[in-house]
Amino acid sequence: MRLSGRGVRCVRGGREVFSGLDFEASSGEALAVVGPNGAGKTSLLRLIAGVLAPDDGSIALDGGEDELTLAEQSHYLGHRDALKPALSVSENLTFWRDFLGGGTSDPAESLAVVELDHAARLPAAYLSAGQRRRLSIARLLTVRRPVWLLDEPTNALDTAGQKLFAVLMGDHLARGGLIVAATHTPLGIAARTLRVGDHQ
Amino acid sequence: MTALGALIRRDIRIALRVGGGALIGVLFFLTVVVLMPFAIGPDLALLARLGPAILWLGALLASLLTLDRLFTADHDDGSLDLMTMSRTPLELSCAAKALAHWLAAGLPLVIATPILGLLLNLDLGATAAVALTLLAGTPALTFTGMIGAALAVTLHRGGLLLAVLVLPLSIPVLIFGVAASEAAITEPLSFGAPFSILCALSLFGLVVGPYAAAASLRHGLD
Repeated sequence: MRLSGRGVRCVRGGREVFSGLDFEASSGEALAVVGPNGAGKTSLLRLIAGVLAPDDGSIALDGGEDELTLAEQSHYLGHRDALKPALSVSENLTFWRDFLGGGTSDPAESLAVVELDHAARLPAAYLSAGQRRRLSIARLLTVRRPVWLLDEPTNALDTAGQKLFAVLMGDHLARGGLIVAATHTPLGIAARTLRVGDHQ
Repeated sequence: MTALGALIRRDIRIALRVGGGALIGVLFFLTVVVLMPFAIGPDLALLARLGPAILWLGALLASLLTLDRLFTADHDDGSLDLMTMSRTPLELSCAAKALAHWLAAGLPLVIATPILGLLLNLDLGATAAVALTLLAGTPALTFTGMIGAALAVTLHRGGLLLAVLVLPLSIPVLIFGVAASEAAITEPLSFGAPFSILCALSLFGLVVGPYAAAASLRHGLD
């Protein structure tokens, strides 16, 4: 499986964020997107996720499932965590498992992995920022998708959480997965660096 | 199907929990209708004559009040991004969300109608007729309203813009809803024709609404 972008150009609000961006990542590889604030790291992830459309160039996934688009084979973990405060932790997770479908596993197991099993019945409104992040990570584990698009994934995680997530990312890569992560801090796994918005 | 079932269950559950807003619509409906006799005065014959129109206006305003929430919450917390990316077509997700919204916010209005009919001096037959027209007509309000709700999300303006966009679209529903109710009360008029058009408006909304809303949401994601 191979994710590649050719000459990708992104314009937001009439301003060109980046252009002529080439990148490539194959199964088992992680790509760390780095660059200053406002360089377009999040925009790039959203372009790959299909939420935004590129103004020029193309992004493609070769060797995945033919019937499915790149977006349908991707997980997107963004700043906004898609959690409903009125629903409990396990209700939130179970909903996304049922809605996203595909290969899934037991939500309770994923919650145990991210050490949230004690809070399964708690409304998500009471979770701390770090716990919300852990719950979002549990979604990546519960629903199987080969491509993970992560936007500052270790934000708000404590040191133990960051280590845990590094292990989980390692497992995902070992199973033939693919990661594109926008980050300011080291991910804790071997990753190729993709620099955006560097005009010097 | 699992995906749509899960979406409908989730939205109903959120609507019914604290802060969900399903009951706000019914309470608003109740308030509007209860205020009318105070404004119009104790003329029972006049109240009975205005009854269907008052109930329909109340239901229209109440459904408008809760429509605002249809997409804003999902847009603000990022759920909409994941729905766009998912294997379920966005059109179907929109239809499922509208259906859930109608079950949680529209159906209670229909159920509350018989009680409110008493306050307006409507007899049993007239109340049943209004409730029946509301049952057939409120889906049209939800499905046309969802287009406005999606546009309001896209344009980052909630509340008032939604009312301005949706109210003109609701005029046909209001006309035929009240016409059908009046026809059921006043004998010589035909109930069938306006009621059929009301049902047609609901079906039309069911087909057009999800497509228009999905197109607007897709275009507006950033």
